[in-house]
Amino acid sequence: MAHAKNHDYHILNPSAWPLIASVGAFVMLFGAVLWMHGSGPWMFLMGFVAVLYVMFGWWSDVVTESQQGDHTPAVRIGLRYGFILFVMSEVMFFAAWFWSFFKHALYPMDEYIGSTYVAPEFYQVDAFHLPLINTLVLLLSGCAVTWAHHALVHNESRKDVEWGLLIGVLLGIFFTFLQAYEYRYLLVEQDWTFGGDKFFSNFFMATGFHGLHVIIGTIFLFVCYLRVRKGHFTAEKHVGFEAAAWYWHFVDVVWLFLFAAVYIWGI
Amino acid sequence: MADAAIHGHEHEDNRGFFTRWFMSTNHKDIGILYLFASGIVGFIAVAFTVYMRMELMEPGVQYMCLEGARFTAAAAGEVCTPNGHLWNVLITYHGVLMMFFVVIPALFGGFGNYFMPLQIGAPDMAFPRMNNLSFWMFIAGVGLGIASLLAPGGNDQMGSGVGWVLYPPLSTNEGGMSMDLAIFAVHVSGASSILGAINMITTFLNMRAPGMTLHKVPLFAWSIFVTSWLILLALPVLAGAITMLLMDRNFGFSFFDPAGGGDPVLYQHILWFFGHPEVYIIILPGFGLISHIIATFSRKPIFGYLPMVYAMVAIGVLGFVVWAHHMYTVGMSLTQQSYFMLATMVIAVPTGVKIFSWIATMWGGSVEFKTPMLWAFGFLFLFTVGGVTGIVLSQAAVDRAYHDTYYVVAHFHYVMSLGAVFCIFAGIYFYIGKMSGRQYPEWAGKLHFWMMFIGANLTFFPQHFLGRQGMPRRYIDYPEAFAYWNYVSSIGAFLSFASFLFFIGIIAYTLLAGRRVTENNYWNEYADTLEWTLPSPPPEHTFEQLPKQEDWDKQHAH
Repeated sequence: MAHAKNHDYHILNPSAWPLIASVGAFVMLFGAVLWMHGSGPWMFLMGFVAVLYVMFGWWSDVVTESQQGDHTPAVRIGLRYGFILFVMSEVMFFAAWFWSFFKHALYPMDEYIGSTYVAPEFYQVDAFHLPLINTLVLLLSGCAVTWAHHALVHNESRKDVEWGLLIGVLLGIFFTFLQAYEYRYLLVEQDWTFGGDKFFSNFFMATGFHGLHVIIGTIFLFVCYLRVRKGHFTAEKHVGFEAAAWYWHFVDVVWLFLFAAVYIWGI
Repeated sequence: MADAAIHGHEHEDNRGFFTRWFMSTNHKDIGILYLFASGIVGFIAVAFTVYMRMELMEPGVQYMCLEGARFTAAAAGEVCTPNGHLWNVLITYHGVLMMFFVVIPALFGGFGNYFMPLQIGAPDMAFPRMNNLSFWMFIAGVGLGIASLLAPGGNDQMGSGVGWVLYPPLSTNEGGMSMDLAIFAVHVSGASSILGAINMITTFLNMRAPGMTLHKVPLFAWSIFVTSWLILLALPVLAGAITMLLMDRNFGFSFFDPAGGGDPVLYQHILWFFGHPEVYIIILPGFGLISHIIATFSRKPIFGYLPMVYAMVAIGVLGFVVWAHHMYTVGMSLTQQSYFMLATMVIAVPTGVKIFSWIATMWGGSVEFKTPMLWAFGFLFLFTVGGVTGIVLSQAAVDRAYHDTYYVVAHFHYVMSLGAVFCIFAGIYFYIGKMSGRQYPEWAGKLHFWMMFIGANLTFFPQHFLGRQGMPRRYIDYPEAFAYWNYVSSIGAFLSFASFLFFIGIIAYTLLAGRRVTENNYWNEYADTLEWTLPSPPPEHTFEQLPKQEDWDKQHAH
């Protein structure tokens, strides 16, 4: 309906995605509550599939619109602002976990008068063992993505862009694999528990949410890889790539804080 | 003029009903959806208060009985075992609904969506489709909230009776699904607000009309911009806090459970780190509206435009560093209490800048008491009362006596119920002609104002006395000694409710049979922002030709 448009902004046609997303979110969360109270995961899974479907369909539409040339330079600036703001909100989300972690680390409850809490004896993780490897894997992955970014911006061969992204994605998957291995090791072989104590709570919440973000970021990068192969990005116009790279660097930085605070200083 | 260009492109609106209202990508339609939806939720939340004030009208428990909830005095003679859970549920959902599902959606979602893009001359929001996602996520949140109210909860009854702040250990021990649904309701509403904030900030930064530098942006648009930052930075922290609550409840985590080394007070800190900015999230868009209304009806440009802008920014920044004044009694050190006390009092400075600038705007103006101006005037008086009691409560020593008494209830209702809600009504009367193309009957608007003004004051002013006498909040019953002012307060609540019903009638009459508005600017030349250059109601797409600087850059403005 953008028939008489005399400006560079993007006026969109009506879309059913938001409504479907909202119904999906309602079903998913209502189902999650039922699941937590022992009614089985089916309603949750239905809602989850609906949400995934909306994500796929909605963002496919965005890609199509971009290819149609709806994303003028002004719109691209807006998209970048939007994504940076989203990352800022994510930072504040992690602020809550770090707040809880530092509070419990600096002012543990067993030091309060009248407290009967006794901190459990548990296996001490060597930060410079597997966690350090994880750090290097993630940083290397960030380097690979930056290599791809430079190759794209400076119009070098598309093969370099593809390889950079592919290496970034593979290292992301490797990180997730190592993290899963560490969880299994700590939970199964070292008698850590998934809750029950404030340290375990903080550890699994912070590293768990970080791990979730790694998985999301890996998928994001992989989508960019597929789009590079389709030739969607040019040296001037690659907002989706930039967003994925920013997101990946954000995930990197959160990990560095986790590594320094939780692994080196905390355990 | 800009409207020449707009009229030139006028065309039939050929969208179907479903397409227009359920698949919208139009900021004006989404704004209207927000206003209607928040009005409906607001009615539910207000209805709760009427029932609560019925119960509190006389000492003893007459209506909320374990034998069944009663609604008439006739049944009151029978045996009645007090149902404290029902009471707790009502105060909880009144708070949750009003906080997350009424005031933010009305002021930020409704007026923000409709008028911020118009004031800066933007053709729509930066992300029109995501804008609609914000709205529908808000509806999903309302759905989860209502589900939570009706789901099995604590004490083998429906709903959760934990207070809107959801403090552990009460909220971690509350049985049933209700509490988990409430947590997800807040999650979803938070996601909706964050997406909205991202949208507003991007629109504000990227889509201002050519030549509109930051220091020329109208005050309402500025207020939405500052509010968006508060939402963006505060709400994710709340999401973190309630996620921890969810983990504690369902997966055996112990963030807040002392048995596992957790700390319930930590939750209070994280909650109020969100909760105090939340107070300003609620009131700042109101500040913006009031500035335009007072300037218009004083026939003077707003006094001190730049200080007004930076006062809002200062309030926003300071709002993040004062949270623990909500929890003076949890056992913080004296140093901490002193800091939070001083920081809190500092907020009175930028707030004072705003109040005095509004007064200075009226000074020497030809003030005209049309309905919106009455509401703005009422707001000014009541918000000042609420602000002054806020200064009283900011004193940690005084708060020892007032904490969790009706004095606090009176204080925050003066700021929110009388502050923010008066802003909503002021905005509706100011803009309904613009939004609907029909004007409200002036006498009815004035009658509504006086009923509400008297009713609300009658409700909440006596609660200061009750608080000073030591009546604690959140109880279903009270001793004989508090009976007199509780009776008065209940009468006031009924009057306010009557005024709300009257308001619904006014809106229905206006939309169906109100006098048609023919001119673009039906107030006067001091309503000089861009929305007044458009027809009433504006066409589906506005500013398809971006406005020229002379359309909005009035030299007398600042």
